[in-house]
Amino acid sequence: MSSLSLSLKKDTGKYLAKYGIYIAFGILLIVLSVSSESFLTVTNLLNILRQASISGIIAIGMTFVIIRGGIDLSVGSILAFSAVVASSFAHSDMYPTIVPITLGLIAGLVLGCINGIIISRWKVASFIVTLGMMTAARGLTLVYTDGRPIINLNAGYGFIGGGYIAGIPVPVLIFVGVILLGFFALHVTKFGRHVFASGGNEKAAKLSGVKVGRVEVAVYAISGLAAGLAGILLSSRVMTGSPVLGTGYELDAIAAVVIGGTSLAGGRGRIVGTVVGVLIIGIMNNGLDLLNVSSYYQQIIKGAIIVLAVLLDKKNQ
Amino acid sequence: MEDKPYILQMKNISKAFSSVVALSDVSLNIKRGEVHALMGENGAGKSTLMKILTGIYQPDRGEIVLKGQKVRFAEPLDAMNAGISIVHQELNSILDMTIAENIFTGREPCRRLGIVNRKEMRRKTMELFRSVDMAIDPDKKLHELSVAEMQMVEIVKAISYNADIIVMDEPTSAITDREVDKLFEIIRKLTSQGKAIIYISHKMSEIYTICDTITVMRDGTYIDTKSTKELDQQKLISLMVGRNLADMYVRQPSPIGDRFLEVKNLSLNGKFKDINLEVRKGEILGIAGLMGAGRTELVEAIFGARKIDGGEIYIQNQKVVIDSPQKAIERGISLVTEDRKLFGLNLNFSVKDNMTLVNLDRYVRFGQIVKFKEEREVADRQMKYLNVKASSRNTMVDTLSGGNQQKVVLAKWLLCNPDLLILDEPTRGIDIGAKSEIYKIINQLAHDGKAIIMVSSEMPELLGMSDRVLVLHEGTITGEFSREDFNQESIMECATGFKKKRLKQTV
Repeated sequence: MSSLSLSLKKDTGKYLAKYGIYIAFGILLIVLSVSSESFLTVTNLLNILRQASISGIIAIGMTFVIIRGGIDLSVGSILAFSAVVASSFAHSDMYPTIVPITLGLIAGLVLGCINGIIISRWKVASFIVTLGMMTAARGLTLVYTDGRPIINLNAGYGFIGGGYIAGIPVPVLIFVGVILLGFFALHVTKFGRHVFASGGNEKAAKLSGVKVGRVEVAVYAISGLAAGLAGILLSSRVMTGSPVLGTGYELDAIAAVVIGGTSLAGGRGRIVGTVVGVLIIGIMNNGLDLLNVSSYYQQIIKGAIIVLAVLLDKKNQ
Repeated sequence: MEDKPYILQMKNISKAFSSVVALSDVSLNIKRGEVHALMGENGAGKSTLMKILTGIYQPDRGEIVLKGQKVRFAEPLDAMNAGISIVHQELNSILDMTIAENIFTGREPCRRLGIVNRKEMRRKTMELFRSVDMAIDPDKKLHELSVAEMQMVEIVKAISYNADIIVMDEPTSAITDREVDKLFEIIRKLTSQGKAIIYISHKMSEIYTICDTITVMRDGTYIDTKSTKELDQQKLISLMVGRNLADMYVRQPSPIGDRFLEVKNLSLNGKFKDINLEVRKGEILGIAGLMGAGRTELVEAIFGARKIDGGEIYIQNQKVVIDSPQKAIERGISLVTEDRKLFGLNLNFSVKDNMTLVNLDRYVRFGQIVKFKEEREVADRQMKYLNVKASSRNTMVDTLSGGNQQKVVLAKWLLCNPDLLILDEPTRGIDIGAKSEIYKIINQLAHDGKAIIMVSSEMPELLGMSDRVLVLHEGTITGEFSREDFNQESIMECATGFKKKRLKQTV
């Protein structure tokens, strides 16, 4: 009898740990819907999504890096560099909008590749390399802009971050596209399998013929590309290519990935989890604002949730 | 013998984890001064019973009587204080600390203000090693030691708790025959001091060399306790598996075909030198040698996992360059590594994902998109073919027993349909049932015309399965034996470097 109730309790605990993140997400939605009238409105929900889309795109890229067993601290700075590169070509009407977009993406991709090549070629800890890149890319951004924001961006460029298609903000549509692409690449392709394999046991993956070095470069390239895209969206939305954009974004992205159940040790994780993590952070920011919780307390709550999420995940293993 | 009192009695122990019964009514009686073997296949409940004895688990029912007194261990420290120590199969040493520091971790002798008294610690360490007739430098870092030496440190650590009962879980799984002899000397020394040893091993020869009594467990139940003299090997195996196992080694030499691989003057500085060998289709080439003889390094070099410093590799008489595992795989070579958890498997992966990792290219479209249905089918087929016992293809491999994990590794490589299969210690740490199944598969592969290289430390396995045996000693080949002149002693002589023997070159 007692062992039965004990095992029941154990199973409940396991269940909680496994789906805790989704349950927490559900509770958060219910509580906010009940306590604030303005929460559950189409406008507000779209607003949350639009705000979440930029850090969300970064988090999707970060998911690849973390599953591969690394970390990318440079995404905020790469975002800024891409933003100013793109903005500098959206400054006048001289170029069609595709030019700043392409150049911005290339900027992110190149910096990401540099991260990946250094990490994989010389086996330097990703923490160190991307920490260096975080500083260097920020410096590069300041050099490129001479420390001044680029303003007066053209309307075509402004559409990417500020426009709507069929009533839905463009960044949200792009975010959804990135989620689908990320899901596809990570969970459906051979490449994705190799990301998991080399993150879970690099030596075993290598002995199984996986090109672990190439996979490593690829994940940082993906992360850089995602940060570049986020930079374009952000500068377009604020209509400014500011060299200080994206400061601290790496932490939000890492938090979202971790809340979503991806292991910092590598080898385990999923895109859907990251999306839920992004939404939880987004909804929390929004909901706590609506409930008039001071931004000081918001930080405490956010911090607690990150640690709690990791604890739940530990129990799950 | 009979009149010696029991130092430990575990009576009618039962233990269940949620709904799974791990132990049911198991008893174990240990006498002072004896070496008591605990035998059973993986999953028989040996580890669970030992975890109860050492306080890691608490029994649901049953009692433990130690030196005539009923005891209850709420945690490992209680068991240690009561005089029960365990030497784990997996070493828990801290590699960057010295021997003395490792032995006294958590109970360093201190002066005032918590300052560690290093002198005292070194002195005590030397004393401990002297008590087992070993001289060792207590200031050596653990990473400077061989695996066998680390094992000795663990054993000395166990003794240092003034243990009366020492549990040794597969203590020889990583050490060579010569070192085993040293271990046995220490065990005899300990038993002569009245200590009791509970000895867990899959190696029959050891059991019969060192153990006085054998208790057999099967499927979480107690089967029998007999003195070693009364229980012959055949009988013991049948008690363990619950059925009579016909000859373990089913090897039927098959017709040997063309030369598949030839290695000329292969060298890797500090590991092996001027290695010449060949292996033919349908042939099983055994590689013998002591630990550190360069066997693993040699096969890893052939597989492209190590860069060579010199020499040539020919496949089907064509010179090839193999400088990465990918190239080896493309050339039809597979390597089942020695340490499956570290190098063979991805423990975060399911059975299915592990199996298809190497050969994923065959189950993708457009070079990238995984064909899930085909992948599932092939995983199910392999599971059935190799008799992998897992609840489904989606089971995580880290929950499987060693034997089943090894079958998953084999399944992975068999999916590549290799022409040359290299097996490094293919049956290490797995139970007899799975072992005999793996031997059957190897035999079948040779029959199908595969060339096979098998590195093994287990002499019966080498002699039972190989067509030819090469012996390595300190990185050079010191012996070569064909099946007709297999002889355990001469092979050992070559392995220790006493003698050299090479077959005349066959044309």
